[in-house]
Amino acid sequence: MNRSSVSRRQFLGASGAALVGGLAGCSAGEGGTSTDTTSSAETLKIGVLEDQSGNFALVGDPKAKASMLAIEEINANGGIDGKQIETFQRDPQSDNQRYQELTRTAINEENVDALWAGYSSATREAIRPIIDRNEQLYFYTTQYEGGVCDEFTFAVGPTARQQLGIVLPYLVEEFGPDIYTIAADYNFGQLSADWVKVLANENDANVLGEEFIPLSESSFGSTINRIQEEDPDFVMSMLVGANHTSFYEQKASAGLDIPIGTSTAMAQGYEHRRLDGPAMANIYAGVNYMEEVPTESNTGDGGFVDRYFEMYPDAPYLNEEAETNYFSTYMYKKAVEQAGTTEQPEVIDALESGIELGTEEAPEAPEGETIRLDGATHHVDHHMWIMRADEEHNVEAVENRQIPETFLSETAGCNLPENPEQTQYTPVDYYEEAE
Amino acid sequence: MVNGINLALQFLDSFAFIVLAAAGLAIIFGIMGVINLAHGEFILIGAYTATLAVTQLDLPLVVAMLVGGLITGLFGVLTERVIISGAWPNYVSQRTLGRDIIEPLYDRLADSMVATFGLSLILTQGARIRFGNSINQIATPFGAISYGSFSYSTYRIVLAGVSIGLLLATYYLFTRTDFGMRARATIQDKETAQAMGVNTDRMYMLTFGIGSALAGLTGALFAPVISMQPTLGDQFLVEAFVAVVVGGPSVVLGTALSGGVLGAILATFSNLYGTFIGRIALLVAALIALRFLPEGITGFLEQVRKRRQESE
Repeated sequence: MNRSSVSRRQFLGASGAALVGGLAGCSAGEGGTSTDTTSSAETLKIGVLEDQSGNFALVGDPKAKASMLAIEEINANGGIDGKQIETFQRDPQSDNQRYQELTRTAINEENVDALWAGYSSATREAIRPIIDRNEQLYFYTTQYEGGVCDEFTFAVGPTARQQLGIVLPYLVEEFGPDIYTIAADYNFGQLSADWVKVLANENDANVLGEEFIPLSESSFGSTINRIQEEDPDFVMSMLVGANHTSFYEQKASAGLDIPIGTSTAMAQGYEHRRLDGPAMANIYAGVNYMEEVPTESNTGDGGFVDRYFEMYPDAPYLNEEAETNYFSTYMYKKAVEQAGTTEQPEVIDALESGIELGTEEAPEAPEGETIRLDGATHHVDHHMWIMRADEEHNVEAVENRQIPETFLSETAGCNLPENPEQTQYTPVDYYEEAE
Repeated sequence: MVNGINLALQFLDSFAFIVLAAAGLAIIFGIMGVINLAHGEFILIGAYTATLAVTQLDLPLVVAMLVGGLITGLFGVLTERVIISGAWPNYVSQRTLGRDIIEPLYDRLADSMVATFGLSLILTQGARIRFGNSINQIATPFGAISYGSFSYSTYRIVLAGVSIGLLLATYYLFTRTDFGMRARATIQDKETAQAMGVNTDRMYMLTFGIGSALAGLTGALFAPVISMQPTLGDQFLVEAFVAVVVGGPSVVLGTALSGGVLGAILATFSNLYGTFIGRIALLVAALIALRFLPEGITGFLEQVRKRRQESE
């Protein structure tokens, strides 16, 4: 029952901050975490818009927390080029319209030097036109379907081709070639399912069937029956959000005992911690990061996990996207230092020169030895892991290797420094089997 | 390919979901004329109470579920006294200001919606602040039954049995007991009922409490199979409101009939064409019902009965 005191403290903290903020009036700028604003030349400002309430709060809250951790660490070590980081942090409540309003506020009124915003792909596509119109440096840090080739957007999370690209071949090898796909019914799920078809073709496997599930759905009886009818060797699941979590408990209680590959479960919403076993048994997540990734810089003494829970002792889990928010803040720091200015075109040039983070120089790469930003595509060559949960929901790493982003760089020919554009490429444009 | 057993089990599953989702809402709306937009959050209270009773207090699952229903019922009584009837705030204001400050929300549809919508926002965000973005979940009991290459969760079949049991119990309560007679007298003619010695105020309070307890029990029953997070009540709302509208004025019979009709449509279409089409079919059915049976199924039956009486 120690949750209660913890949450009450959080509540008091939040309401106290609100009260103080109210008393201070408009003098202290906005946001509970702003540092001193006496001289703007001595500071730079970062916008952090992540969901802390609404449908995506569960996955968005760790993102906001990890951004604040990186910012606090950087400020404690003298800031960026001697400048302390100020933050403009708001809760868009998982509401895309609210995202659009707050994005405009961040750019036009707060004049942020860089913006981190959004969990879902639908959110990103809702605000990207505003970002592009204002030529705003923007980091999108969720794992996503891939293909965004945009001169102002740095999509630094892993793409579907990277995530599914490590887990799908492994499952074909282990269990056989017949796949059944279930995915959330919106742009992310649809495009991810296309990638399953592309990867199945490349690995001599076949997709027996696919079903797209509305985000509001939480009853999976007929879906489970259909999987049993098709009798695949394994299922690929790209289900998203709190309602879809019910699938795993329901398939376990229906006795559907089949290996499942996923790019969305466990690493984001820590289902293996929230549900009783064996709901997540035999689920293989293809991820760049989750709390259990066994690297020295992550789970070692004083590593990323230690530092995160030292700052947030009551946080439930450190998820995949949190790591991406964290290291991308350090990438931004490195780029500003290299550019010698916070002027956004110069910082973008510096980022495009190919920033690399490693464990030797700083502990910023919890997922592997190094993380490299590809300047041409604004994507990251991630170190990818297959993480498997057992009956008791213990998670172990079964495979890991570096997987570069290849769709934009090799297939679509995205080269932003030479050819600036604001496109999202989709697999349908390049692969017959994705149609 | 339609598998008969699959279809039958899915029908039971959809029927149970719709009936349980709608039961509490139907009673509160049908009897008191209050649209409870906090219905989903009453389900949330039941689900969280049952889950926490198991994980924190180690209560047996069945007891925890009953506790979930009971706590939600008590919360419903509190809501009724403070917000819906305003009896308690008025008691205080009578003694301090010498007048009532709250006008009861009975049969004020739009006003009751606004008040309960506010309550639902407070409850959702309160749960988020107090318990975080999710709480740990309990496993589904009873395992699965197998048939051919298929299998189905036994617990989902138990739920169907429970929903039928609840319908029968509610029917008995409102048609065969003294309490039920007084409650129905209160709905039909409040003044006359009062003149006959019925404490209508108390009837409203108890009816709201029973409706809330049913919502809480629904949450408790579904706690093992849905994701435990502050907005979990939302996933019941579409089915609940559609079932109440399609069911019409007779509370228990209406809920049972609309559960049957809508459950059959939902199960058949999601079995044949997938979850997405199943959902669309449900909403199209509701549209058609609203267009051609504006009084709902039981309203239509009532008309038919009257016409037959007149022609006799």
